[in-house]
Formats: sequence, structure tokens, C-alpha cells
Amino acid sequence: MTWALAICIWLTLSAGLYLTLSRDLLRCVLGLAIMGSGANLLLFLSGRIGLAQPPVIPAGEAVLAQAANPLPQALVLTAIVIGFALLCFSLVLVLRLIEGKRSDDVLDLRDAEPLGGDGVKPPLPTAQADARGGQA
Amino acid sequence: MSHPALIIAPVLIPLSTAMLTAAAQGRPRLQTALSMAGVLAFLAAALALLAGVQEHGSLAMQFGNWEKPFGIAFLIDRTGASLVLITALMGSASLLFLLSDADPGNRHPLTLPLVHGVLAGVSGAFCTADLFNLYVWFEVMLICALGLFAIGRRMDQLDGTYKYMVLNLVGTLLLLMSVGMIYSATGHLYFGALSQAYASLPPTLSLALLSALSLAFLMKAGAFPLFAWLPASYHTLPAPVLALFAGLLTKVGVYTVLRTLGDVFTPAPELLMEALGWIAVATMITGVLGAAYHWDIRRILAFHIVSQIGYILLGIALNTEAGFAATLFYTLHHIVVKANLFLIGAIVWYWTGSYDLRRSGGLYAARPLLAVLFLVPALSLVGIPPLSGFWAKFLILQEAIAQGRVAWTVAALLVSVLTLYSMMKIWMEAFWRPHPEPTRAVPSGRIWPAYAATMGLAGVTLWIGLSPQHLLAFVQAAARSFNL
Repeated sequence: MTWALAICIWLTLSAGLYLTLSRDLLRCVLGLAIMGSGANLLLFLSGRIGLAQPPVIPAGEAVLAQAANPLPQALVLTAIVIGFALLCFSLVLVLRLIEGKRSDDVLDLRDAEPLGGDGVKPPLPTAQADARGGQA
Repeated sequence: MSHPALIIAPVLIPLSTAMLTAAAQGRPRLQTALSMAGVLAFLAAALALLAGVQEHGSLAMQFGNWEKPFGIAFLIDRTGASLVLITALMGSASLLFLLSDADPGNRHPLTLPLVHGVLAGVSGAFCTADLFNLYVWFEVMLICALGLFAIGRRMDQLDGTYKYMVLNLVGTLLLLMSVGMIYSATGHLYFGALSQAYASLPPTLSLALLSALSLAFLMKAGAFPLFAWLPASYHTLPAPVLALFAGLLTKVGVYTVLRTLGDVFTPAPELLMEALGWIAVATMITGVLGAAYHWDIRRILAFHIVSQIGYILLGIALNTEAGFAATLFYTLHHIVVKANLFLIGAIVWYWTGSYDLRRSGGLYAARPLLAVLFLVPALSLVGIPPLSGFWAKFLILQEAIAQGRVAWTVAALLVSVLTLYSMMKIWMEAFWRPHPEPTRAVPSGRIWPAYAATMGLAGVTLWIGLSPQHLLAFVQAAARSFNL
């Protein structure tokens, strides 16, 4: 059981990492989401893989014998909620970027760091960018 | 003295200010007033906290009355209290600067709530004594920072947001996984209990766990080779927010490395500290070389954040009490100086009309006060005596030489020379030579809050520089209380 779960975490994380390394914006974000699931699974299993026994300490005993530790379950709930919020944000961000650039290739994202110039110095900002303090 | 209220004040005050300012979105004047009141209350609470910590050594609080190793705890020692105070100081300076017309961004009504959210996240990370809680504060910081990046909605800002987000999310996931694995290995999340359980872990396991944890923190700190998110995104922010981020966010990553490797998991594995030292050297050198290429003031300074993170990490890698004291000294000095340089960059933009050095000039003749204000943090960043940067670098290099780390010392000195090159480039291009467009109209906006903020920060730098003994005694006491 432990090995099956370990391999499952490994597979999830590698699938996520593979997608994250993609140049496609949407795939990259989906990869992050899958990696997040792998991380959550790992966190969830850090409190023992328990039987179907409730985590209640029997009267007269001091330790939780066979049941799973409930604390990582509380932790993973927090992590899921946070991960969900970040996923929503990143999906909207990626949609805006694809809409604005008419492309989903990371290499087309050069607005913040424009290429060009004479090879020795970076390009001069446009007059418009100077006026509002930003780049092109 | 009402301890409990005081201990949660560094988180509670910015969080409630964030809520109040979000509720007052439609009324800009009320929102600004609430925000200023909130940050001043935060500053007062941070001062009271520092006084309390000076008196008692450290202040602790268990939430929900859980007994010690079980509940979430806040534990504020000298290190935490001084960093909370500097956070409050940076918050006040940035919010004051936001009142001026020097590159304030589009003044979106959600800017102020998000800035207070960042302040809450940063000070939460400095106060907490629980590993998972630390992760949560990192997330608070991350989500508010992403909001501040995306709020301008220009394409370059969204581009910066994307690059910032992807690398920081990978760091966050790594942090979450390391926290999970550390919990399953030790059964604890409370720093004190982790510290005890660490002694009984097998050395290979602890090396693996701590490497994963440190890697996550180093990504957040902007260390070599995973700093690409920082220079790719920071310069798209409006100046006051940029100064706040530049001062605080990476330094939270550095603080957590210091806290985990210097205080909680001690003695840290030697191999890890050796690797950290070389990472620090590589960070210093790549950062300063990146800065040499650029001509946009903000991009030069963003690469210098990376470079300076190298010095701070070097202090941690020395792994002695003197090294940690130097690290804390350097961090406190660096936050003030770095934020101030970005603010001055915005005033340069205001007077000359461009952040690009090739389009600016003539400020030494036209604005001598600004020239002096620039020289204080710029020379301090380089490490010219008697400014604060000299003492910070002196403390780190003294300890490095005492340990016989010749290669690290030489690299640090060389990087200082290259830092001087960057500062000279800004000085000669923006201040010394005449402006390329001599007939440019003088802008007529509100600029006094910008000068007030930069003068205040320059005053702090001068105070640290001219009487370093107060801060030195304080950081030495802070490092002594570490669990070495």
C-alpha cells in the first residue's frame, strides 16, 4: 500500500513537472495544478496511512494506536483551499495574456523585458512607456 | 502590560486595516486616512513590541490555549521584533510616498488593501513559531503580491505577474512538500519541538529534508540559480510598491533560512552550509553582472537585490553566532537602503521623465538635495565608511576571514567594486551630465511626500552608520538567543 501510494505521488509530480516545463502558457498552469495535487497527497499521507478507525484515543491510553493522525488532514484542507484560489487567479491571468498577445507561447511574452537594442545595450523605452513609468 | 494583544498586533493591525480600506473603496480620501492611521498604529505596536522584547528577551503566545508543542504559536524574539519594526517602517515610507505624484501607478482602489495584506503576511512570517503557519504567511504574501502586480493590467505587468507566479508557486509547492515530510519524520511543527526532535533524526534523512526546505526558501529569497522571477517582474510595479517588495519580500526568504538553519535545526549539516556559502557567492556575482548590463534604474537596482542577497546568505553560511549577528545587521541595513534607492529612482523619473539613464541627466545642477539623498543609500550599498553598509560588510567579512574563507572574502570584495561601478553609472548619467533635452518642462505635481519618505529612510541609514554600536549590541544579543 505504501509503495503504491509513493509511486502514485511520484507519477503525479512528474506529470505536473513535465507540463510545467512546457512553453504553452495554459499547460504550464495546469502542470502547476497537478503538481499541487501531488504535494497535497504527500502532505495528506504524512500522517500515516490509517485503517478505517476513527482517530479517538481510547479511555486509559495515551497514544492513538492504529488510526491516522488527523492533523495533516486539517493541514491539507488549508493547502487545498489556498491552491484553489491560486489556480483560479492563474487561469484568469493566462486567459488575459493569451487574449492580449494572441499567442500562448511563453517566448512571445517579452513585454516586461523587451529584446533588441544594439546587442551591447538594452533597447530604449518608448516615449509612451517613459510617460507612464513602465516598459513598452 | 497586555502581552497577548501586543503579540498578535503585528498581524491583526495590518489585516484589519486591509479590511477597512477594502470597505472604503469608493471614498479615496477616507481610504487614504484609514491606511495612514493603520500603518501608524502598526508602527506604534512594533515599537511597543521591541520594548517588550528588550525587557523580557522574547514574547510567546499559544493560540486557542493549546499546550505547547500542539497549537499554533507566535514567538517573537529580538530578531523577529526588529524585523517587524523595519516592516512597519517600510510600510509607512511606501504609503507616504504613494501620496506623491512620483510614479504612483494607476491608484486602483484595491492597492491600499493589498499593500496592508502584504504587510500582514510579512510580519506574520516574522512572528510565527510554527512551520505550517509559516507556509500560510508565505501564501498570504504571495497572493497579495500577485494582486499588486496584476492590478495595473498593462501587458508588461501581466507578463511580469506570470513569471513571478510560476516560479514562486513552484517554490511554494516545494515548501509545502518539505513541511509535510518534516512533519512525518518528526511529528512536530512547533519550532521548539522540532529543534528537540531534530537531534534524533538520522543524518542523511535530516540532510535531505533540510535541503528541500532550504531550496524552497532560497527560491523565495531570490538566490542563484532560481532568481529569474525577480528581475523579470519587479520593474513593472509602481515605485512605492516596488520599494516595499524590494525591501521586504526576498528578505522574508532569507529570514526563514536564518531561522531554520541557525535556530531550529541546529547544528545544521556542514555540507548544506558549505553549499549555501557557494550559492551565496554565485548569487552575489551573477546579480552584480546582471546589473552591469542594464540602463533602466529599476532593473539595475533589481539585480542588485539579488547580489545583496548573496552577502546576507554568506553570513548565514558562516554558521556562527557572529555570522548570524552580521546577517541580521546586514538585513536590517539592506531593507532600508534598497527601498530608499528605488524611491529615489522614482523621484529621478519624476524630474527627468525617464527611468532609462540614457534619457536622464542634469540633476546634480538642478536638484542638489536629491543628489545628496541619492549618495547616502548608494554609497551605503557599496559599503563606503562611515555609512551603514560599511559596518554590515565589515562584520560579515571579518567573520569570513576569521574562519579562513579566503575565496568567499575575495568574491565579496570584488562584488563591492562592481556595485560601485553600477552606482557610479547612475551618478554620472542621471546626476552629472546635462539632460539630453534641456528644454524639458518642469513637472508640477505633489512631490513633498516623496522627499519626506526618502529623507526619513536616509536618516535611518545615517543613524546606523554613525552610531553602529546600538544596533550591533542589539543584533549580538539577538544572535546569542539563538539555539546554537
